[in-house]
Amino acid sequence: MNKDEYNKLVKRLTPKENKSKNALVAFLVGGFIGFLAEVFATIVMEFTGLSRVDAYLVTCLVVIFLSCLFTALGFFDNWVTKVKMGIILPTTGFAHSIMSAGLDYKKDGFITGIGANFFKLAGSVILYGMVSAFLFAIIGVILYG
Amino acid sequence: MNFLCAFLFSGIFCLFAQIFLDNTKLTPGHVTSFFTVFGAFLGLVGLYDKFISFAGAGATTIISNFGYMLYKGAYLGFQENGILGLFTGLLQYSSCAITGAVLFSFVLTLIFKPKD
Repeated sequence: MNKDEYNKLVKRLTPKENKSKNALVAFLVGGFIGFLAEVFATIVMEFTGLSRVDAYLVTCLVVIFLSCLFTALGFFDNWVTKVKMGIILPTTGFAHSIMSAGLDYKKDGFITGIGANFFKLAGSVILYGMVSAFLFAIIGVILYG
Repeated sequence: MNFLCAFLFSGIFCLFAQIFLDNTKLTPGHVTSFFTVFGAFLGLVGLYDKFISFAGAGATTIISNFGYMLYKGAYLGFQENGILGLFTGLLQYSSCAITGAVLFSFVLTLIFKPKD
């Protein structure tokens, strides 16, 4: 077997991560979450007379609650591994990371388990979000006054 | 029309995130952190306001909105309270998401047992 044939063999046998399929699934699922959120927000606005901004906050809370509940019930992890960014990028991923950290470390007790590990995964989002937002706000103040 | 915009906006952000994840060695943690910072940046440039007005909840449910809310809180805080406002205002708008996630998760953690 010469080098060319060997390379072909390696190429054929490496498990293919179907990137275009992953991207399509992420697009459809992520879009669907946004679509559902918009539908829910519209319903909230119609029935409670809340302002647009408040209706979006209510929607956000409901999305977070549902994703925590689904994680606790155990089937959300499967969805995350299948869909990846389509579920992780919406707020569902943020809630999922806190909830699963809480459940995973529950056995280690309240302080050293749940308390110490609660923000293990969500911490980076909060940390870099806060630091960058603070810097950007200073830049914004300088630019726009 | 609103619903279609929400679908497209949220979908396209997730699409880019997935392409990022597949073509680099970054973990989902890297990608979400990047998109949070990116959201704050879009807030600075003044684009995220426009995204929310045309894509609605499609723009407010993704993690970039968290960064945008942080930026908006700090910026508006400065307008009200000066330098101190940067500190008091930063978490003002995003408090909803953080408090919600923490409270719901904690209560549910107490109720449920981990499954493997």
